[in-house]
Amino acid sequence: MLDTMDNTKSMSIIVTKGTLDWAYPPFILATTAAAMDVDVTMFFTFYGLGLLKKDLDLKISTLGNPAMEMPMMGMHMKMPNLVSAIPGVDRMATTMMKNLIKKKGVASIPDLREAAVESDVKMVACQMTLDLFELDQKDLIPDITLGGAATYMEGALKADINLYI
Amino acid sequence: MADQTLDAKGLNCPLPILKAKKALKGMEAGKVLEILSTDPGSVADFAAFCNQTGNELLSSNTAGDVYTFEIKRA
Repeated sequence: MLDTMDNTKSMSIIVTKGTLDWAYPPFILATTAAAMDVDVTMFFTFYGLGLLKKDLDLKISTLGNPAMEMPMMGMHMKMPNLVSAIPGVDRMATTMMKNLIKKKGVASIPDLREAAVESDVKMVACQMTLDLFELDQKDLIPDITLGGAATYMEGALKADINLYI
Repeated sequence: MADQTLDAKGLNCPLPILKAKKALKGMEAGKVLEILSTDPGSVADFAAFCNQTGNELLSSNTAGDVYTFEIKRA
C-alpha cells in the first residue's frame, strides 16, 4: 500500500502449507510486521490457499512428524507413524492442539487473519492453485486479490524480507 | 502517569504487540500507554517494537510474573 514511500520497509511471505500448526508462522509474522509499520504481502499457493477460505476448519497431523511432542499429564507424548495412521488420531491431536492454544492465550488463526486484514496486509491468492484444485473464489474471504508468479516477483524484488513458509 | 492502560495479561505472542499497536493507533502523539503482560517474550518484543516504530519505551519493569511497559506515542 505504501510502496512509493522510500523508507517504508516491506516483506513478502509465500504461504504454502495449510495445516493448523503451519498456519501460525506466516500469520504471526505478517501481523507483527504490519504492527511495526512494515508493508506486508502474503502470497497463498498450493495448500496454503486453504487458509483464505471463509470457513476455516484447520487440522494437524502427527503423521510424518517425528519432532512433534504434545504435552500430556506432565509428560510429552510422541506419536509413532503407525499410530498416527489410525483413523481418528489426527482429529484427537487437533482437538488437543486447539485446547492448548486456548489455554495458553495463543491467538486463533481466524483472529490472526482478521488482524492481518485490519492492518492492511495484502493477501494474494494464487490463480493457478484455484484452477488446479477447482476452488471457487466465492469460498474465499473477500479481502484478497488474485495473482500469479509475476505479481509475486514484482513485490518481492523490492522487498526487504522474502520468506517461504 | 499513563493516559491509557492495556491489560494483555495471559495473552501470548504476538497478541500483546498487536493489541498495543491498536491502542496506540487510537491515541494522540505524546500520550502514554501502559501495558501489562505475563509473556516473558514481551520484554524483548516491546523494545524491538519501539525501536522499529519510533514510539518511545519510557519504562520496562518486572514485578513477580507481570511485566509493565510504558510507551509514549510518537
